[in-house]
Amino acid sequence: MEERVLTGIHFWEGNVACAEGALAAGCSFFAGYPITPQREIMERMAARLPKLGGVFIQVEDEIAAVNSLVGASWAGAKAMTATSGPGFSLMQEGIGYLIMTETPAVIVDVQRLGPATGQATKCGQGDVMQARWGRHGDQALVALCPNSSQEMFELTVEAFNLSERLRCPVLLMADEVVAHLRERVEVPPPDRVVVEGRRRPSSLDEAPFGSARPDGVPPMPLLGEGFNVLVTGSTHDEYGLRHTASAMVHRRLVSRLVRKIMDRADELAEVEVRGLEEADVGVVSYGCTSRSVYRAVRMAEARGVKVGHVRLKTLWPFPSKPVRALSEAVKAIVVPELNLGQMCLEVERVAAEPCRVIPLNKVGGGLVITPDEVLRALLKWS
Amino acid sequence: MAHFALKYLRREALPTTFCPGCGCGIVANCFLKAVEELGRSSLEGFVFCSGIGCSSWIPNPYFKADSIHALHGRSIPVAMGVKLVRPDLQVVVFGGDGDLAGIGLSHLIHAARRNLEVLVIMVNNMVYGMTGGQVAPTTPRGMVTGTTPYGNPEPSMDVARLVADAGASYVARWTVAHAVALKESIKRGLEVRGLAYVEAVAQCPSQLGRRNKMPSPAEVMRWLLKNSVSLAKLEGGWEEGKIPVGVYVDRGRAGFVESYRGMAEALRRVK
Repeated sequence: MEERVLTGIHFWEGNVACAEGALAAGCSFFAGYPITPQREIMERMAARLPKLGGVFIQVEDEIAAVNSLVGASWAGAKAMTATSGPGFSLMQEGIGYLIMTETPAVIVDVQRLGPATGQATKCGQGDVMQARWGRHGDQALVALCPNSSQEMFELTVEAFNLSERLRCPVLLMADEVVAHLRERVEVPPPDRVVVEGRRRPSSLDEAPFGSARPDGVPPMPLLGEGFNVLVTGSTHDEYGLRHTASAMVHRRLVSRLVRKIMDRADELAEVEVRGLEEADVGVVSYGCTSRSVYRAVRMAEARGVKVGHVRLKTLWPFPSKPVRALSEAVKAIVVPELNLGQMCLEVERVAAEPCRVIPLNKVGGGLVITPDEVLRALLKWS
Repeated sequence: MAHFALKYLRREALPTTFCPGCGCGIVANCFLKAVEELGRSSLEGFVFCSGIGCSSWIPNPYFKADSIHALHGRSIPVAMGVKLVRPDLQVVVFGGDGDLAGIGLSHLIHAARRNLEVLVIMVNNMVYGMTGGQVAPTTPRGMVTGTTPYGNPEPSMDVARLVADAGASYVARWTVAHAVALKESIKRGLEVRGLAYVEAVAQCPSQLGRRNKMPSPAEVMRWLLKNSVSLAKLEGGWEEGKIPVGVYVDRGRAGFVESYRGMAEALRRVK
């Protein structure tokens, strides 16, 4: 018997841990298209899913991958795809459709160096703003960002749970370094993995696209159960009927879709916070770059400089409160990123005057930001 | 007596938004007649997937059934997701020529290659109708459209031949002026093992007819009939300006879901 949850201690690269997290969360449908550096996720799913009674399919392109999630999810499966930069760009329209139709699904982007084909095997963190704003129209979703193999497992489980709870796509914004980093992963017993299911309508009349509940998340009927469900990416009323001209129906729908995410931004904000009290300088980090920051913080403290560190596990909605709190405690916040400056803009947006935001950027060749480089910035701005 | 099709229709969504004389009504009628003749008194057990375009509105919202009105060109990947997860449901794709043979062609070819167990009904009105009448891959050479004001300089495409060559189990093309044959092909398509593709060449008097000296629906339908040629009579199966009609292939072959499930079953028997 193939085990769905591989309880025990493993030495896994991040991509394998991500695939195993998906399986532990109950994923039973994976569609993907080969691209570096996500391939170990799809190869793991190709090996494991058929034995577990699930479906793995390699499709003709990333557009087919993301759109097949729509059908699989409405048919009742927990569905996922994984890709990297160029594929993530191709999926954007489909992600917008998942948002508009309130379809749970998980999309993993193992970030590499863009733009365009860029440096395909090298690490980057240049897709983080695309994760938030890559689609046309007003919308919101959740994006998580792991920094270890253990979190590749745990945040993938979390991504599935949030996507079911909120009825929206959830992005796992990994990066090449975390995806290929091999380290210890502890997988709990199946009964210790918290797995959330889908809230289903209590009667055939309950509206699948409108909610009187304060959380704004309607229950989700499935295909083939007599609901005669109408799913459409066009503006629709609470029963799925298209309204292509009504201002009222459009405002009501799109406002609810945005609010159901943004109203609970604080609850969704997962961060690791360290040393805010009496900090001389701050740093906000995420993904692989945070690993250099851990070391730089220790090095700074060995020199008597106290550092407040907020590490983002949730990228979107942006964890404004903890970053704001950091900015109130320090004169400057260093934001190291493997791009030319993206999340630093968001830090600037929420930072309190007179705190300064100092971008620390590097792109190219798969070079990471080193602890020494972070240290120099911390010492300079402390 | 109520019209036979009303029992399959979502009455609160009627009347339809199709232009007067649109071919979509005939295609919907043929499909529902086929369903009725197969003894199905409702659309329970069906899932309809469609993309963007006039004919994609046939099932969503007008059919009283589960339906997913997908992105432009992406109905087939959505249908594949449904069918792989719920093989017990009967999945039917409705789409136009722009949707299925323009932007979504790659998915159609790959679905045919996989022989995915769905029925694809392509309403080929030879034009992008919903956007106001631009040239499509299926527009006959020489026809005037919004983006070919001096006549279409490109040859048109035989989508049925392509789908047959790619590996589908069943492929047929008729025009809506051959309503009985069209209905019979849909019936066969609903029962065949593997992918069935039924093309219904249809009039678009609003966007194609009026620009090509055929402003009334009847004129376009007469043109369809006049230019239709039985597949058996066409040397090489294609002649520019003619519409080959008939059954391209009818062969029972293992479908994709059947093969996939077979593989998975065999894996689970291995200890």
